[in-house]
Amino acid sequence: MHIVIKLFGVPLSCPITNSMNIWFSCFLFIIVTPAHIVRLYDRFEALDKEKTGHLRPQDFGAINRLAMNPIGDRIIGAFFSPGQETVDFHSFVRILAHFRPADKKHPKDPSMPEPVNSRTSKLKFAFQLYDQDKDGKISRAELLQVLRSMLEMQVTEEQLESIADRTIQEADLDNDDAISFEEFRKSLEKVNIDHKMSIRFLR
Amino acid sequence: MSVRVALHSPTGSRSFLERGLLLLVMLIFLEGTVLTLGAASSPDISAQDNTGGGHDRRDDHRGIAGSHEQTNYTYTKKAFPVLSLDYHHIQVPFEISLWVLLASLMKLGFHLIPRLSGIVPESCLLIVVGLLVGGLIKLAGEEVPPVLDSNLFFLCLLPPIILDAGYFLPIRPFMENIGTILMFAVVGTLWNAFFVGGLLYAVCQIEGTYLSQVELLPCLLFGSIISAVDPVAVLAVFEEIHINELLHILVFGESLLNDAVTVVLYHLFEEYSGAGEVTPMDVVLGVICFLIVSLGGIAVGAIYGILAAFTSRFTSHTRVIEPLFVFVYSYMAYLSAEMFHLSGIMALIACGAVMRPYVEANISHKSHTTVKYFLKMWSSVSETLIFIFLGVATVAGPHAWNWTFVSVTVILCLVSRVIGVVGLTFIINKFRIVKLTTKDQFIVAYGGLRGAIAFSLGYLLNKDHFPMRTMFLTAIITEIFFTVFVQGMTIKPLVDLLAVKKKQEAKRSINEEIHTQFLDHLLTGIEDICGHYGHHHWKDKLNRFNKKYIKKCLIAGERYKEPQLIAFYHKMEFKQAIELVESGGGVKLPSAMPSQVSMQNIQPKKLPPAVAERALPQFTKGREEEIRKILRSNLQKTRQRLRSYNRHTLVADPFEDGWNDFLLKKQRMIELEKKMTEMSNYLTVPAAPPDSPTMCRARLASGDDFKAEKAGAKVIPDPNAFYNIKASSEGVPTIQVDLASPQSPDSVNMLNEFSKRGAKDQGLGQREVATRDEDQGLMMKPSSAGKEEKGEEEGGNKNPGLMRCLSDPGPSNEDEEDEPFLP
Repeated sequence: MHIVIKLFGVPLSCPITNSMNIWFSCFLFIIVTPAHIVRLYDRFEALDKEKTGHLRPQDFGAINRLAMNPIGDRIIGAFFSPGQETVDFHSFVRILAHFRPADKKHPKDPSMPEPVNSRTSKLKFAFQLYDQDKDGKISRAELLQVLRSMLEMQVTEEQLESIADRTIQEADLDNDDAISFEEFRKSLEKVNIDHKMSIRFLR
Repeated sequence: MSVRVALHSPTGSRSFLERGLLLLVMLIFLEGTVLTLGAASSPDISAQDNTGGGHDRRDDHRGIAGSHEQTNYTYTKKAFPVLSLDYHHIQVPFEISLWVLLASLMKLGFHLIPRLSGIVPESCLLIVVGLLVGGLIKLAGEEVPPVLDSNLFFLCLLPPIILDAGYFLPIRPFMENIGTILMFAVVGTLWNAFFVGGLLYAVCQIEGTYLSQVELLPCLLFGSIISAVDPVAVLAVFEEIHINELLHILVFGESLLNDAVTVVLYHLFEEYSGAGEVTPMDVVLGVICFLIVSLGGIAVGAIYGILAAFTSRFTSHTRVIEPLFVFVYSYMAYLSAEMFHLSGIMALIACGAVMRPYVEANISHKSHTTVKYFLKMWSSVSETLIFIFLGVATVAGPHAWNWTFVSVTVILCLVSRVIGVVGLTFIINKFRIVKLTTKDQFIVAYGGLRGAIAFSLGYLLNKDHFPMRTMFLTAIITEIFFTVFVQGMTIKPLVDLLAVKKKQEAKRSINEEIHTQFLDHLLTGIEDICGHYGHHHWKDKLNRFNKKYIKKCLIAGERYKEPQLIAFYHKMEFKQAIELVESGGGVKLPSAMPSQVSMQNIQPKKLPPAVAERALPQFTKGREEEIRKILRSNLQKTRQRLRSYNRHTLVADPFEDGWNDFLLKKQRMIELEKKMTEMSNYLTVPAAPPDSPTMCRARLASGDDFKAEKAGAKVIPDPNAFYNIKASSEGVPTIQVDLASPQSPDSVNMLNEFSKRGAKDQGLGQREVATRDEDQGLMMKPSSAGKEEKGEEEGGNKNPGLMRCLSDPGPSNEDEEDEPFLP
């Protein structure tokens, strides 16, 4: 209990007594080990240069290496739910919780909603990064965009298009010329997502 | 003898086997004769004869002179010998060839026997063969030659296997599990060595075992020799059980990386077993030594790897010797590392792994194939020889059988392995994202096979320092036999029984490749946001560094700019194209589609003849003739490309030559398909099987007329072949292609792609004509430059990188290579 208080008492400037239980239950399910939250909180504070308790897209953009990342914009975008300009620590952690390694020791509780670090929600997160217009499908244009940014202008447009065509044909099972989430999941069936989409220190 | 019995039992290919048997007997007989001379050559016998007959010319060959030889060479005037027998002249290479031949024939023989190779691992059979050969030599009353000499083993037999492993090491899973592998390799081996050595010493001290003269240090030395998992044995067994990638890389990686530990422990204990005292200082030195041996080995390998990559940058004009650089540099790396007593195995692995991406980008596709095949061939022959020699050495060696020592060794090895693996996994699992299950642990523990490296190390021991050397050797051999036979034979059923995940044979799809890269970027980004310098962060840094500097230095021409994804895409396209060409598509257009489909979904070989017949396309006589003409002219074109002989270039093989052809044909095929949908006339006269090679050749031989090409292009009856096959085979499960099946996305793609492009091309009727013209212009009329250019533009634009893939990459584009050969 006192860890939670220490963590979120002053800096978040929210009344401890009222929301403490909510906070606590949230983090009990998202991230169990407080040490990591401490670390993430430090990071959050470091990114939050103006000490508002909220991060804006510019704050993310200030991370040097993220600017070099070909899909950096998409990653930043993923932190902001539509219509919102800022993200607070709670949502920040919630997004990062996607990358927690799945814990096999705790058997799945059927009454609970699917944990945010399950295979499906990990995949969903990745899928949403592709699917910028949020229509539930990766269209050819969206795929081309991703490819273009990943390949960094080193290839001709025709090459890109042929790769995109090829990719869609390969994954597209219902011939709608786009990749739905099901098709996306199917094409990654053999990939160990738990391994690929987990960061160890978030355990 | 069991092999003998087994050799006779199968019904099929008996004559072949009998011939093989005959050869075996012959070989053994020859072996006998060889040994007669060999035995006579042992210095104690021949020394006197030697000095006596000073006129022997062959003295310097082997320092031998059989007494009967003396009579042959005398100064007395004799008739000029028209035919003389001089076996010694060729003895060494001849014997080597004999052994290699024996090994290869045995390997051949095992695979001719149905079912046998499914039950017993090849390594076991080879050891049995070695035992038999050794036994026969012994029966003939000869001394068994010391075939598994340590020098021979470490300098000739081992490197090819390790290089093969290193060059084709799956880097990604290896690096992802490097922590676990290192843990097993270093800590696990150390644990095994000390546990086995220490407990053995304790057992030896028990009264009544007659082993009290065995001291602690030799025991530890023995422990360090016996504790290392052997890459050769692991490879031989694990290749056959097709275990999943994770387990394979864990056990195999361990067997490779524990070499450094073994080398250090071996030298350490050997050094101190004479001196006796071991101070804490020595332990510290040992740790430092370990670091030097392992890191030094990697450094040496990396240096040679970079050198090899750099050299391959400039080989675009002498393609024939390209593959050689790969082998020579790696061998030099191995030898250089061995020179300093560094870990040669690690040097080879590092060398192979470092040079591969750059070399592959630089050398031509053909050279790459050569490298691949040579490595595979060498490693498999070496492996075969090693196992045979193990058998022979078992018969040959002096043995000192001590029940206590041997049985305790075997039991302790098993126990320590199990404890080590379970204990280490307990620690490792705390750090792993994907935990090792109990099943995995069992397989890792059970897969810890020992092999010839241990034997060779034991063989190297000095008899004066280690009076119990023979006993050690016997125990080592027993342990090897136990692991290879008992564990090697039972691991396959156990894997099935435990339902351990098997390797997925399917190749990587482009989707996986793209998404994997995407996820990599994503995770790098997330790590950056968290401010956490983890796995992905460093990988990304390394990638950037590689792209920015190293690739520029080591890869010739513009290729260094090529992103990984593009390279992958080209490789995939190329593979598919080759399949298409090999299945006849490149030469015979009509059959391309169906065989392409069948190649991917079913093994063409497995087609029962009846089905094949039923699936045959049906044509009228006239149509058939037309088709033949088209085929003929198509074939003719590839042949008409005369090439002058050049000592430094290989004559291109038709598949690659036909590549341009193929691209065009792909386009034409689309066109054909369009037309074919309009045609609905099904014809009745059965045609010859479209894939029969003899037919091909016959057609090929029967004159040329390329006018038929044009006629054929207009009529185009061929596609019916494809559709008929599909239609008539609907009831036949073997050919049926489930277009919606997720397992065969490629086949679906092909179809989609073709029809799509077809649609495109239909719109541009103009382009079609150009295509066809260019097809001819390229092949037949090199003078019509304008058309050719146009055509090349088209072919080239479609897949520029693909062409590069096929032709020789580098600064000299394909034009440069091709031009001199144009008639």
